[in-house]
Amino acid sequence: MRHILRRRERLTDEWRYLGEEAADADPLIVPLAQLRSDPLRWQARSGALGARLGPADAVEDLAPLLPRLALVALEFPNPGDGRGYSQARLLRGRFAFRGQLRATGAGVRQDQAFLLARCGFDSLEPPPGTDLEAVRRAFNRYSVAYQPGSAQVALRQQRFGPFQGAPVSAPGDSSPKG
Amino acid sequence: MYCYDELDQALVDQRVAEFRDQVRRHLAGELSEEEFRPLRLRNGLYIQRHAPMLRIAIPYGLISAQQLRTLAWITRRYDRGYGHFTTRQNLQLNWPALAQVPDILAELARVQMHAIQTSGNCVRNVTADHMAGIAPDEIDDPRPYCEIIRQWATLHPEFTYLPRKFKIAVTGSAEDRAASEVHDIGLQLRRGAHGEIGFSVRVGGGLGRAPAIGQLIREWLPLSELLAYLEAILRVYNLHGRRDNIHKARIKVLVKSLGTERFRAEVEREWQAGRAHATQLSAAELERVRAFFHPHSYETLTDCDPASGREPAFQAWYRYNTRAHRVPGYRAVLVSLKAHGAVPGDMTAAQMDGVADLAERVSFGLVRSTHSQNLLLADVPQRLLHEVWRELAALGLAMPNVGTLTDMIACPGLDFCSLANAGTISVARQIQERFDDLDYLYDLGEIELKMSGCMNACGHHHVGHIGILGVDKHGEEWYQISLGGSANGFTALGEVIGPSVAQHEVALTLERIVEAYRELREEGERFIDTVRRLGVSPFRERAYAAHPAAA
Repeated sequence: MRHILRRRERLTDEWRYLGEEAADADPLIVPLAQLRSDPLRWQARSGALGARLGPADAVEDLAPLLPRLALVALEFPNPGDGRGYSQARLLRGRFAFRGQLRATGAGVRQDQAFLLARCGFDSLEPPPGTDLEAVRRAFNRYSVAYQPGSAQVALRQQRFGPFQGAPVSAPGDSSPKG
Repeated sequence: MYCYDELDQALVDQRVAEFRDQVRRHLAGELSEEEFRPLRLRNGLYIQRHAPMLRIAIPYGLISAQQLRTLAWITRRYDRGYGHFTTRQNLQLNWPALAQVPDILAELARVQMHAIQTSGNCVRNVTADHMAGIAPDEIDDPRPYCEIIRQWATLHPEFTYLPRKFKIAVTGSAEDRAASEVHDIGLQLRRGAHGEIGFSVRVGGGLGRAPAIGQLIREWLPLSELLAYLEAILRVYNLHGRRDNIHKARIKVLVKSLGTERFRAEVEREWQAGRAHATQLSAAELERVRAFFHPHSYETLTDCDPASGREPAFQAWYRYNTRAHRVPGYRAVLVSLKAHGAVPGDMTAAQMDGVADLAERVSFGLVRSTHSQNLLLADVPQRLLHEVWRELAALGLAMPNVGTLTDMIACPGLDFCSLANAGTISVARQIQERFDDLDYLYDLGEIELKMSGCMNACGHHHVGHIGILGVDKHGEEWYQISLGGSANGFTALGEVIGPSVAQHEVALTLERIVEAYRELREEGERFIDTVRRLGVSPFRERAYAAHPAAA
């Protein structure tokens, strides 16, 4: 059983990755290449569908499929590989993706949690064995930020807030403190 | 200067708390060195040859007297009573203890300073012309834009884990004293037809391995689009810059591999597509920041000739170590950190305190660090220059050599840096000894000597009129010499003159080169112009003439 942080709460992951045991009705995460090669096959499933992108994958390639997706998982193979941050900003901003945006991989650690959340991730899947409570606490390290969490707001008015397109009403996604 | 509000203060305070916890976890074994490394680097902390090295940010080189005193106190309390100013206008401490670094950062935060992003693969300290706001030839003061970029880049959630380090410089004058063309992004202020402010944008400059001059990708960027355009550049780089090879990860390699035109097209496309979601710079925010940099309340004075009738030593200092100021009756004073016998860029705590006191009395309480590792008292009334000179001389900071051969830039080299292949400090001393005669230095005139202890080029050797690069040859320290580099308006990379020379022969070789110049120069011709006119061959012939064995 896999645990994740979803909207800053520790939850049992209801999603399955392709290759894991999954019933037709189970939500399933499929790598971008497989998804693109046979989209109809995956869309015929009764369960929810998610896509998994590696850091070198182009978000643009996912665009036509996005309306059908309930989740996008972006891989962070190590903490130093920051491509997923840009992929996330593009998905949340330009492509207006409103579903679950998940960071997964060895690079998802407590010291990255704040930045990941600021880029629109509302779901973190750190490597197995990670102290999720420590990751959860790390969201609260900063009460301020310079950059926009939503578009078209002047630099100085920035405080914690959902990135434009992120689920605004989600509990725990709003400002941790005043 | 810029003054923190509660947001700025909260951010640096919370950063200190975060790093304190990271250090604790590292010392407790919860964070391996490999995991800790990218975190400590983003807080300015390297592990060096002898001890950690902490690089403290001095945003665009501007520092208050109070901050300088705090730095002096920190070097006494936590280090060995001195610091080293760098070409990126920062200050490095060579001997802090890892466990005490959070305390140092907390001391800095109390005076609105930090070490955020002074190393690591992220946007580094934004640098500017040290003559900002006072240069007679200035189009606009670059510092408000530097401060805005500083804030925008600080903990930028998208751009904190770039392929490689990223350096931005802004210059507002015709003369490029910030070396903007050898930065990852070089912004040059421009005025449009109606007096409006904008920038020309160069991308892909940089030294280190495979040095490159920045490519012009936009002639005119309106000020309001500054952050949106920077985000477009950084996003293209973040997504497409190479991450498989550290030596090919700088943006210059991406610009080169795509070609300038294609890179420009990618950035423009990203900029246009991303505008709706990009960070915007509001007029109100711009005004808020600009207000911190409004001109001082200068006295109404007239220009005089402070050197007239004074002793020759003062006249020499006045000529070499002071610069014209745009306000009548004022002068900018360069505080030379290049005394013969001293390590270039090094400053003791006592000297810091002394300059802080002086700044409060004669220069609005502000000090600047320069790209060439000196300090600047920017706004000194001319009538006080003689007194300032005497006080600086008493502090050992009035060496009248600014702009001459011994005003050399040098990285810390093998004595401190774990990356270095060769020492720089002993070579600097050797050069200072051989060229100790001021009249000889003055006869040689303006020469920029820049020395790096390895090809990472912290000493900017590629763009020195004379560049010296330390190399390792079978475990021995050797030095490669190049001529003709420049980063000041006419940017050019120096040409290596030939085989490297042994350590004990560096100053001798330089002497042969400048002697060749003395013979070959035309009336009033500067060293760099003679090199440009004749090329390096005549210098090469002379440099190696006496020791063919080196070839």
